[in-house]
Amino acid sequence: MSAQFLQYLFAGLTIGAIYALVALGFAIIYNASQVINFAQGEFVMAGGMATVWLANAGWPLPVAIGAAVALAALLGLALEKFAVEPARGAPVVTLIIITIGASILLRGLAMLVWDKNVHALPAFSGDAPIRIGGATVLPQSLWVLGATLVIVVLLAAFFNRTLLGKALLATSHNRLAAQLCGISVRRVLLVAFGLSAALGAVAGILVAPITFTTWDVGVMLGLKGFAAAILGGMGSGAGAVLGGLVLGIAEAMGAGYVSSAYKDVIAFLVILGVLMFLPGGLLGARASERV
Amino acid sequence: MLLRTEELSRAFGGVAAVDAVSIGFGAGAVHALIGPNGAGKTTLLNLLCGIYRPTRGRILFDGRDLTGRPTHEYAAAGIGRTFQNLQVFFNMSALENVMAGRHLLEPCGLAAAALRLRARVREERACRLESEALLDFVGLAAWRDAPADAMPYGALKRLEIARALAAKPKLLLLDEPAAGLNPVETAEIDQLIQSLVTRRVTVVLVEHNMKLVMGVSQHVLVLDYGRVLAEGEPAAVRNDRRVIEAYLGAEPAHA
Amino acid sequence: MRGRGLALLALAVLALPLALPNKYAYEVAILIGLNALVCVGLNLLIGYAGQISLGHAGFFGLGAYGSAILAARYGWPTPLSLPAAVAGVALLAWLVGRPVLRLRGHHLAMATLGLGVIVSIVIATEDRVTGGPDGMSVPPLAAFGVALAGETAWYWAVGALLVGTVWLARNFIDSPRGRALRALHGSEIAAEMVGIDSARHKLDAFVLSAALAALAGGLTAHYSGFITPARAAFLHSIELVTMVVFGGMASTFGAVVGAAALTLLPQILTALKEYEMVVFGAVLMLTMIFMPRGLVPTLEKALAAANRRAV
Repeated sequence: MSAQFLQYLFAGLTIGAIYALVALGFAIIYNASQVINFAQGEFVMAGGMATVWLANAGWPLPVAIGAAVALAALLGLALEKFAVEPARGAPVVTLIIITIGASILLRGLAMLVWDKNVHALPAFSGDAPIRIGGATVLPQSLWVLGATLVIVVLLAAFFNRTLLGKALLATSHNRLAAQLCGISVRRVLLVAFGLSAALGAVAGILVAPITFTTWDVGVMLGLKGFAAAILGGMGSGAGAVLGGLVLGIAEAMGAGYVSSAYKDVIAFLVILGVLMFLPGGLLGARASERV
Repeated sequence: MLLRTEELSRAFGGVAAVDAVSIGFGAGAVHALIGPNGAGKTTLLNLLCGIYRPTRGRILFDGRDLTGRPTHEYAAAGIGRTFQNLQVFFNMSALENVMAGRHLLEPCGLAAAALRLRARVREERACRLESEALLDFVGLAAWRDAPADAMPYGALKRLEIARALAAKPKLLLLDEPAAGLNPVETAEIDQLIQSLVTRRVTVVLVEHNMKLVMGVSQHVLVLDYGRVLAEGEPAAVRNDRRVIEAYLGAEPAHA
Repeated sequence: MRGRGLALLALAVLALPLALPNKYAYEVAILIGLNALVCVGLNLLIGYAGQISLGHAGFFGLGAYGSAILAARYGWPTPLSLPAAVAGVALLAWLVGRPVLRLRGHHLAMATLGLGVIVSIVIATEDRVTGGPDGMSVPPLAAFGVALAGETAWYWAVGALLVGTVWLARNFIDSPRGRALRALHGSEIAAEMVGIDSARHKLDAFVLSAALAALAGGLTAHYSGFITPARAAFLHSIELVTMVVFGGMASTFGAVVGAAALTLLPQILTALKEYEMVVFGAVLMLTMIFMPRGLVPTLEKALAAANRRAV
């Protein structure tokens, strides 16, 4: 395999893993509440920016990371408690606009609390590139891939083996039936938002050493994560991961082999292509309406 | 035969929900389609109105081969339908539901609509009057301007019938019109169905309420496992041993 | 209600100049009018037909750049370049709409979003034709040597166009075609069953709303004398959808009110300088939490309730 191809593949998998994490955040909230959380990108931003700030204030990196993820999770809980819950019963479109408002609010806050500059986070284990099969790979890429793998495995265990995780799954399949089984939908929603926010924050922290972070980095990352979630088939965790990886690879290959100015165009064309032939996404259900 | 099928089949995955059904419905009568749960009645109904495409076989309506045509062409040919799981336009009022049902009778160009030409205004008034008359006919005059999502279940079932009639169909498919109704409401539906025949609308009825079926229909078709089990006049079908077995199970053999 | 709303709008347009103190206020009013134009069309698609488009800024941008490029680079007279651009966008929407509208819900949202992003990237990248990320200057609207210039002239032009468009839209909605749209929103299967070709009607709404967006885009370009790719960007698409939902879906006047409110609000909030975004986001959230159906339907209901109590 050519070294160039391998290089692009690694770049694609790396950014794809980030998209996968963001996409998982979208999928978890969508499953629990049918809402598309347009503020998801802002959780990504909050993770990166908060870590930068705390690290610059002298906190050791691991502690800063932990605190940033916790902060993002709190933001997610706050979003659910103060914005989504009061609007329960409103049409889905209204809820989406509320999350859009939240994303504007969070970006405004970021500008106020932090600043408008671009910030870099030091790579976790240095910048010395590693050679794998002729390709040059950043050590941070390995961190991204490794961390994402661990998180996906942990999430699968959470959903399939813990009671809380199963409660989340149950709610996503049939909210009323879940309630009748004694599942507190309110708690499920809180967990969903908190978890998604944490996932987003982790993505933002992992990628910050590579692509840097700034107050509005969440807009594009959120958009790509959303696209990845739909590509994979909204509502499927495995789909979110697959969608993220496919999107990342399509983007990297497009940038490498075709044109780096049009890499996003290529990525979106891939998504459009998939949706045309697989309207439910890659792993989505091909269910039809029952009359 | 107003509506005829030839070897009509529909499979989902490997399961044949409707299997080589060849039946005919004559004009001017009330036909009933009965059978135990899972017999394929709703699937057959969905095939007859073009919501499902058959995997095999043909559907001929009023001399035309409608097999594989899009759903709205079935409507245009003169087939109307009500739904078991209500598909009322909940975002509109009762009157607007019926007015929407008149779509086929009101070809309307973009310019005519946007510019509110005089002819259009007259047509709109006529549409409104006819729709009000239909609401009266099904007994919903009091609910005329009510939002559909404020109406009780029984009223909604009659609203669906009014909406389906608005297109002046030749054939009306009623999917469990009496489901969930109390005896008084069921009797009203019975009367409604009978008055449809005087309006020269052929009716095909899918129903579980045997009293209603036996009382109102002239021709009964029994489905079981996607195939026709028996057909004929209500009394004959009711006493058919195979039909009784299908519903209640075989009688144990005893000496 | 119908005739009254239109009369109210016409009255507002006629009377507003009395309250506008300076050129800047006229600018805002014109901007509101242009946004309202897009929103009335978008509301047809989202509120009445029940579809979604997260890429309408793409049509806006194509209308703007289409007319600008034809006029500035190819020397077309603007009374020709503008309709040509609108027609071109309508054709594109017709071609693209057929396959895309087969999708539902968030898949449709994603497809329209993708298309919008593609358009905005292409506009920003092909800088030889479009001037790239920094934008390009646009000649003014002119016919027979007379240019439409000055805030007052533009105000009346846009105002008249808006009132006219709202009238046309209301007629459309109260016609069988409008009912067909609302029917397919209510239940696509039942709509098909009364003979409504849902694919065709969805496409109609899509093309109409795209054409309106392109018209507004072209007019904006000629009015400002300048156009940048940001006008075709994802964030602008989101702004437009937000205006429609905020004002109230399935309400033409809601679309106008939403456009007015969310064009005015940032202008008012600039006084708060760096707090502008935070407050804007908060206002958006609070309004949607307490008025989930949007401004106009909520106010209409409150008015109806007050009337009943007064009786």
